[in-house]
Amino acid sequence: MSMLVIDDITLSFGGNKALDGVSFSVEPGETLALIGPNGAGKSTVFNVISRFYRPTSGSVRYGGQDLLQLQAHEIAPLGIARTFQNIELFENATVLNNLLVGRHARTPSNWTREFFFGGATRAGERFARRKVEEVLDLLDLQHLRDEIVRDLPYGARKNVELARAVCAEPKLLLLDEPASGLNPEEVADMAFWLQDIREELGITILMVEHNMGLVARLATRCIALASGRVLAQGSVAEVRADREVRRAYLGTAA
Amino acid sequence: MRVLFKTSYDQDIDHLVDPGERIRVGLVIAAALAAPLFVSSYFLSELSIFICYALAGIGLMVLLGFTGQVSFGHAAFLGIGAYAQAALLTHGVPFVISLPLAGLISGAVGAALGRAVSKMHGFYLAVATLAFAIVTESVIGAAEPITGGHMGLQVPAISFFGFELTENWQVYYLYLAVLLFIIWGTANLMRAPAGRSMIAVRDSETSARSLGIDVARIKVRAFFVSAAITGVAGGLMAHLLFYLSPETFSLLESLRLMLMVVVGGLGTISGAIFGAIFVSFLPNVIDLVRAFLPSALADQAGLEYLLFGAIIALFIMFEPLGIYGRWRKLRLFIETYPYYRRATFVRQKRYLKSERFR
Repeated sequence: MSMLVIDDITLSFGGNKALDGVSFSVEPGETLALIGPNGAGKSTVFNVISRFYRPTSGSVRYGGQDLLQLQAHEIAPLGIARTFQNIELFENATVLNNLLVGRHARTPSNWTREFFFGGATRAGERFARRKVEEVLDLLDLQHLRDEIVRDLPYGARKNVELARAVCAEPKLLLLDEPASGLNPEEVADMAFWLQDIREELGITILMVEHNMGLVARLATRCIALASGRVLAQGSVAEVRADREVRRAYLGTAA
Repeated sequence: MRVLFKTSYDQDIDHLVDPGERIRVGLVIAAALAAPLFVSSYFLSELSIFICYALAGIGLMVLLGFTGQVSFGHAAFLGIGAYAQAALLTHGVPFVISLPLAGLISGAVGAALGRAVSKMHGFYLAVATLAFAIVTESVIGAAEPITGGHMGLQVPAISFFGFELTENWQVYYLYLAVLLFIIWGTANLMRAPAGRSMIAVRDSETSARSLGIDVARIKVRAFFVSAAITGVAGGLMAHLLFYLSPETFSLLESLRLMLMVVVGGLGTISGAIFGAIFVSFLPNVIDLVRAFLPSALADQAGLEYLLFGAIIALFIMFEPLGIYGRWRKLRLFIETYPYYRRATFVRQKRYLKSERFR
């Protein structure tokens, strides 16, 4: 059974149709890449799944649950975590604290108890740190543990954001351009870590990416969007060879 | 420079792991405990006022420094706490119950305000909280049966199980105990999931939501905690004022609280304490400035407003981290001498941050 089913969603901003009848599904265990030119609606799909946008019509179901019935903060507890195209970290907090916030959906919180910080709270904090430490090890971030995020370079921030999403213990990970702004070496590292995440933690990945090298290396399946419509889907090679896709990227003369 | 080598998670979790910091805080507490032996009774009551401001500063810090929600009318909670305390004591509620109750009442009003403004940001939030403060002042003035209206309200003395606190040193120790308790509790909150979710809301509401944080709920709770602490500060302050009138908790007082946290340093509990010290000395400075100004200027109404505003603006422009930030730089300068570099604290380039769906 499909993990995530997106059925015929349409979303307009004023007269501009950002999504126009988009349907696809994500199968458990796969790495699905969404590609397409700028303004194709890739990030909009993510923002619909995260419930930042409400589509005009259509449905989004995750494991039998209608996501459109839920609010944005009720998505993470279901096991869907995401990263952002422009990095949305907590800039004035340490890397460790950023990752601990990542565990919010997995940590019970009782403000009265936390005010007095009794044994249960301390035990919870220790447990959360142990979990976060595993992710720090997996993504090789140990040396940045106590750094403040605003002091980090761009590439490191990308990794921290990925780590924070992994800390939420997702079953489905939405990555919005994990390789954008990274140099070739960092892209290679990113590909390596994403493979690790997929294989060691068994997380299903849905990603938006422009770097076709990374897509070819990681994606088991690929969907091309343009102007809010699905142009083609299939293996990366098939989608790359598709005439419609070439036309969308390169113009009609091609 | 000392590097702390961590060997257990508890070193992450515990307060004051750094030995130097532990000694400094220990010294301050020891000095505070010993103060009644060395200073005059008058100065002790000044110190008690300082404690009230420090408490109120911590209250506002929870909201502004940790959760990033601006409140331009925080003196309203000081007023609600003070009036609740006085009214409860007048009706025969014992002090040990009335003070927490005053905090809870103030907190409840704060939560209601937080619920109403949870979708507002920046300028709109500032205006809404300002309006709230003005309304509160009028309501206190109009609610004569409880508050005595503009005639004022007498504050009964503090008594503990029939034992009245008449000496200034007794009051001082009581206030110090409350302050230390609140600092401890707030620091506890900040090292727990509660504090982290407040900081998450401050730094990025978008990703906070995507990680499962109910932003509106965190804001309401932050308003509650902030207003409750400020309410307790108000309850304590009432006893030092002896006589309450609605004008006591005016806009100027709100501005003073704002000044305190901005000048002290946003985002740390120490910042609130530093700010309270600054604000306690400020009246003396203003008097000094008055003496030098021509009388046409010195006698103008609103000189305090002008100075408060100017100081806030100057700090935001030149030292956004406040006195606490200055102190950190000084400490680093000493620890790393002669290798200190100015550039350590220069902010790195900010990367594009989307604000499309705040």
